Amino acid sequence: MATTTVQEDFIAGIASKFRTCPATGLRIDLAAQRLIKANAVAAVVFLAVGGLFGLGVALTRWQAVHLLKAEWFYLVLTAHGLDVLLLWIIFFEMAVLYFASSILLNCRLAAPRMAWVAFGLMVVGGVLTNITVLQGDSSVMFTSYPPMMARPNFYLGLILFAVGALIGCLVFLGTLVIAKEEKTYEGSIPLVTFGALTACIIAIFTIASGAIILIPTWLWSLGYISNINTVMYKLVWWAMGHSSQQINVAAHVSIWYAIAAILLGAKPLSEKVSRTAFFLYILFLQIASAHHMLVEPGLSAEWKVFNTSYAMYLAVLGSLIHGMTVPGAIEAAQRQNGYTRGVFEWLRKAPWGNPAFAGMFLSLVMFGFLGGISGVVLGTEQINLMLHNTLYVPGHFHATVVAGTTLSFMAITYLLLPLIFQREVIWPGLAKWQPYLFGIGVMGISLFMMGAGTLGVSRRHWDIGFTDAAMGFKYPATAYLMLGLNGISAILASIGGAMFVVITVASVLWGKPVDKSNIVAALGPMPQRQMTSETAASGYGNAGTWHLPGTYILVTVFFGAFVLYYFVNWKYLSQLWPMG
Amino acid sequence: MALQPPAQRVWWNERVEKGELIWIGIAFLWGLVMFFMMVYWHINGRQNLSTAAFRIEPSTFEKRTEAFAKQFKAREEGTTGVPVAKPPANADVYMLARLWEWWPVLELEKGRTYRLHLSSMDWQHGWSLQPVNINIQVHPGVEHVLMITPTETGTFSVICNEFCGIGHHTMTGRIHVVEQGAGAAEPAAAPPSQTKR
Repeated sequence: MATTTVQEDFIAGIASKFRTCPATGLRIDLAAQRLIKANAVAAVVFLAVGGLFGLGVALTRWQAVHLLKAEWFYLVLTAHGLDVLLLWIIFFEMAVLYFASSILLNCRLAAPRMAWVAFGLMVVGGVLTNITVLQGDSSVMFTSYPPMMARPNFYLGLILFAVGALIGCLVFLGTLVIAKEEKTYEGSIPLVTFGALTACIIAIFTIASGAIILIPTWLWSLGYISNINTVMYKLVWWAMGHSSQQINVAAHVSIWYAIAAILLGAKPLSEKVSRTAFFLYILFLQIASAHHMLVEPGLSAEWKVFNTSYAMYLAVLGSLIHGMTVPGAIEAAQRQNGYTRGVFEWLRKAPWGNPAFAGMFLSLVMFGFLGGISGVVLGTEQINLMLHNTLYVPGHFHATVVAGTTLSFMAITYLLLPLIFQREVIWPGLAKWQPYLFGIGVMGISLFMMGAGTLGVSRRHWDIGFTDAAMGFKYPATAYLMLGLNGISAILASIGGAMFVVITVASVLWGKPVDKSNIVAALGPMPQRQMTSETAASGYGNAGTWHLPGTYILVTVFFGAFVLYYFVNWKYLSQLWPMG
Repeated sequence: MALQPPAQRVWWNERVEKGELIWIGIAFLWGLVMFFMMVYWHINGRQNLSTAAFRIEPSTFEKRTEAFAKQFKAREEGTTGVPVAKPPANADVYMLARLWEWWPVLELEKGRTYRLHLSSMDWQHGWSLQPVNINIQVHPGVEHVLMITPTETGTFSVICNEFCGIGHHTMTGRIHVVEQGAGAAEPAAAPPSQTKR
């Protein structure tokens, strides 16, 4: 008698720690849900702050406006890089890791208390670094190349943040182990979780590299170490700095698959191919440090060629595969949904009014066409001579990290609001336009900065007019035009970004609560599903059952653009002064 | 669905559809093309960055650059007081980076090859030749030696494109490129025969 009550209490105790998702029937660990919320909220806060700094940078580069004084420009540029490239993205990735493990695997989160410690460390570290930068004397840019030195707390904040992120990764891995032990799923982990695992493994490599270089640099800033080798610093720092961008790639590719799955019912064309593509990331992405060392003295050409190409472009191969399999999965799903007419009906009739889909597809296209192609060109050993440290570099990575990663994170937020925050998106009419506005703005930022970079305009440079220089220099008028257009694009992107922040904050605070009755509607418009049952949906993914002419055309156009642009740059290079 | 475990438990034995295989093949081959393009350029291209680099004390490099500027000083650059060094063809040419200038100004002849030595006295700098658009990172304590051949005449600017503190945007230098033999006719230029040591 007594034992049964204890048992009932026990069961009731467990039940109170979970809720059942009205959309999927999955049990959701409330501890995981709280952590996802906290990390996502912190992410959005730093996005808002960092985005504002970014607007300041762009409006200063616009010579006609030239908003900030030089000291403030360099300070704000340092803070912009830290807040959006590091804090916004990694906080959001923590949310993605907890979602892809605990929620998707229907499992309790491992060590939620440790996850809160991780969150706390990340917040303290992020705030500390921000305060230090705003105090001045630490405008050393995101990269903080020695011998230029920041205040010790600049490095300390980054170290605390990284330790927190590392603990978050371990919680993710722990959750995978628990899910396996407790058999909360059958067979292999889902593809999205596999992608998140890829991100996590790269993150651990990244954080280890960061520790190896930032801890000595911190000790150096305190005076315990006399000298940091500048070439070595760059090599190891970029093993963190560039590899951390590969965390983003793995995370946002996973999100592409996830959004296509939720809204369209898409499944991978081939589990084997998509997983192999992720695995190529794990094997080869880490050596990208070389991308930043191509015009550096003291490294052999063999080392540069091998490393900059990720060992013969094997990691690029991974992205090229996803570049086909993601639209392919969408096309196959849409054809299953009944949009079979012509080559592109599946695309035309896609839910373009759903901000999650629009954001996801814009992210996919811009990451591939702008970020991917420019990245490979920029990372070609000899071509880098024309582009190193010009505005082409930020042009490239705004296409990858903002158009690619940030836009896809925004897109999935529109689904996390109903699924995790249990709130409807408060102004769907406004939300519909948000990804387009932000996307077009970012596209402009990327293109115009790349354009200015091609003309030789330096990055991280307050005054392209050289008004205070002893020996002046004039860039062509086109460069000024490019930077003006960049400023206008930045205003557009800022409006889009502000809309995102306002919509998400207002939805969380005042959005209509979501339950079983409105959960599907809360996910936004999605196409009618022809097939609902599992058996019908397994019709493709097996060989020979699908035809994807639209995807083939898209991929062919992409490949043509890639090859053309690649060789155009070699042509330009051949006109440079001969060097050897 | 990508959110659920694979529908087929043994997913690694699934046959991959032909279209997907073709694309993987094309992408892999394209990777090889891009890889060997870099190798090819090392063999047949004319724009490759030298890998000759040496450790050096900044003060030593400064002394060598000052000796070079003194030896080949042709005139001063406008009112800046910066010497313009006009070395003979195929000579060793020095340019140093420091907060916030490239020093000295060089005068080179079109079509001749020079051995250019670059290094920094303090922080990292970015040697960015404009509007030609050649960009090379410069480190303190490392002397980078590269062969360079100007192919057009005119006045070119060297700007700094690695952030180096509050005066970064004022850091400039110059390289004049003249026709072969043209420099000697200028009154201020020292004839090669006068060079000491």
